[in-house]
Amino acid sequence: MHKLNIHTMRIRAIAITSFLLVSFFVISSCSTDETQRVTNFTKLTMFDEFDTDGAPNSEIWNYNIGTGQNGWGNNELQYYTDRTENVTVQNGVLIITAKKEDFNGSSYTSARLLTRGKFEQTYGRFEARIRLPYGKGIWPAFWLLGDDSGGTEVWPQIGEIDIMEYVGDKPNSMFGTVHGPGYSGGESVSKSFVLQNDRFDTGFHIFGIEWGPDYINYYVDDVLYNQITPEDVPGEWVFNRGPFYIIINMAVGGALPGAPNAETQFPQTMLVDYVRVYERNN
Amino acid sequence: MYTSTLENKKDIEMKNIKFIYAKAACLLVLACIAFVSCERDPSDEVEFAQFPATAEIFIDAPIGLGTDFYFPYGGSKATAWSVDDEVSYKGTASMRFDVPDANDPEGNYAGAIFRIDGEGSGRNLSGFDALTFWAKALQSVTVGEFGFGEDFGENKFLTTRTNVSLTTNWKKYIIPIPDPSKLIQERGMLRYSAGGIGPVGAEVGYTFWIDEVQFEKLGTLAQPQPKMLNGVDVEETTFIGTTINLAERGLTQTYNLETGVNQVVTAAPSYFTFNSTNPEVASVNEFGIVTVLGSGTTKITATIAGVEAKGSLTIESIGTFQAAPTPTRPQQNVISVFSDAYTNIAVDYYNGFFTPDGQTTLGGAPPATLGTGQVINYTALNFVGIGFFLNVASVNATGMTHLHVDINVQEVVDPGDFIRIQLLNSVGNNETSGAVTLNSSQLISDQWVSFDLPLADFAGLSARNELGLLFFISDSTISNIFVDNIYFYKE
Repeated sequence: MHKLNIHTMRIRAIAITSFLLVSFFVISSCSTDETQRVTNFTKLTMFDEFDTDGAPNSEIWNYNIGTGQNGWGNNELQYYTDRTENVTVQNGVLIITAKKEDFNGSSYTSARLLTRGKFEQTYGRFEARIRLPYGKGIWPAFWLLGDDSGGTEVWPQIGEIDIMEYVGDKPNSMFGTVHGPGYSGGESVSKSFVLQNDRFDTGFHIFGIEWGPDYINYYVDDVLYNQITPEDVPGEWVFNRGPFYIIINMAVGGALPGAPNAETQFPQTMLVDYVRVYERNN
Repeated sequence: MYTSTLENKKDIEMKNIKFIYAKAACLLVLACIAFVSCERDPSDEVEFAQFPATAEIFIDAPIGLGTDFYFPYGGSKATAWSVDDEVSYKGTASMRFDVPDANDPEGNYAGAIFRIDGEGSGRNLSGFDALTFWAKALQSVTVGEFGFGEDFGENKFLTTRTNVSLTTNWKKYIIPIPDPSKLIQERGMLRYSAGGIGPVGAEVGYTFWIDEVQFEKLGTLAQPQPKMLNGVDVEETTFIGTTINLAERGLTQTYNLETGVNQVVTAAPSYFTFNSTNPEVASVNEFGIVTVLGSGTTKITATIAGVEAKGSLTIESIGTFQAAPTPTRPQQNVISVFSDAYTNIAVDYYNGFFTPDGQTTLGGAPPATLGTGQVINYTALNFVGIGFFLNVASVNATGMTHLHVDINVQEVVDPGDFIRIQLLNSVGNNETSGAVTLNSSQLISDQWVSFDLPLADFAGLSARNELGLLFFISDSTISNIFVDNIYFYKE
């Protein structure tokens, strides 16, 4: 999420290798290990099913408010609020709404929820079931940031695991990424996943990772599409230390998706059916 | 939930099987309902007509179209289409289209429909979401129209993608089906219309190819945005008996493609479900024809497959239209430009839309039908020309003495308001012109006034043997007028 500029080229390059990886998984799972699972961790440690209408559960969620520094480091255009117009729970789903409106000097409003200081965990399976928005300039994400040890460490040293990022003008494609020292922003390690004959904005899809010592597995629905290990990152593996917290947001504009255009429909909504976190059973 | 790939495969297969069963169950239920509701005469023969769900139109040859399927448009070059065995995107052949030059004696453009042969034939396309094909051209070019749903019958589900840019490389093109559930028996598989490149009248032909032409279920079309009146909320004042053709006023469907592009197609009225809030004021039929039936106000809206169309038409019907006085002069003394009472000359247009010259005037293209007759309603008037010199004969009014015109101003007439009527002779070539100004004291709000203007009063019009343009000029002092019975006559 941080400074993902000029990122697309790299994603494309990775997408080509990704094909090979996927075939590898398929072959190996069928020929050598029929019991390989997409996920293994089943012991729930935190969940929010968003079953209570109104503001999200304050025991789990905080908010980032405002525009951050330089549009949250990405020249994003929205002003984040915790108003009902931008974030609410209704009918069993968390609704994050991006609106086009003049607000405190910004042209758009939206919301960014985080569990920092309320729920943080090292390793585990983090997943959410989400229906994504669409349109040029729309940039939703479900991601993790490492605890900054009371401010003694800074990004990218703290580590970032992007479980799901998506730009609204590629509605059948998403990507999962890690950022760390020596591989952040445009140099991050990323892989995209493309739905065949379907899109992410017409129904709910499950986005998840299963993260353990020296590996992060990425999955969408029932497809394990990537594994990242220390060998895949050109720098220090910063994911075997301290806990990470969850962030869910919808950005508008910024270097990665570009600005919305005249055809971008507002408001846009990102619907989250649930967020669930598991840990290893034994 | 996330089990092995193998298990997932099983799961998917299971789902397929379930789906098939579900369909079967569905049919049983339908049969059951039919049985119950037809208590007296249950017929074992009752079954829904099933049309084939064939996807392909052309792969390496036409598929499933029968023998007699190619029907060129009138005036187009009938031989423009052929099967090219030398060029193909895939396989061995493609469809080749040779767009003719403008001066081609066999036709000055290319265009046709591909219709499944045989009355009562058709395909069930409800399982698809788009017509797709690959295309390229000899040079980068914009083809006017590609589409489907035209059968030279009711053309009920005509769908068109306009201004399609082809390049010299093969590229895939998608024409979304506005609402697939409507297409249970469609004969019009493909249509195209392509003119040459260059200035009007001097176009140069070119060649393009299309291949792998078929209907597909892409699954990546979403976020439909239907529109009526091009997405604008329009309010109009009108009269009983008026008909408005919504198809001429901008009916479209838009789907977001996986590329992020919002693909617009023009969609025939029958894809839409229209609603009138007050059907006693105006009703809409399935062909998008609005008929004004009574006085009052109604708002017409539309949906496609349950999705509300952007745009609406609010009609304020002010009752019976007061027609202009019917002319009584004998036809032999008259050269009529626009009147229901006479045989009219052919004109190039009733509104020249000289937009680059600052014209704002709308209306007249075509004239409106109000009550039982035709009338021209100019709105946003600053100036507007009726032309009869380009592709039609100009008027020799040498033997005529007067110009007659009936004008009904549809707004308050303020002091200083005027309408100037200007005539041009021999347009663009030793052109002369003259004008007569009707001032505010001569014009009456909401009432027809008949003017009989001596041609001799058009100072500067030194000849009237080749009259070609007639202007109404208000400089926006008056913006909404009805005009009728425009004719030259001799006393």
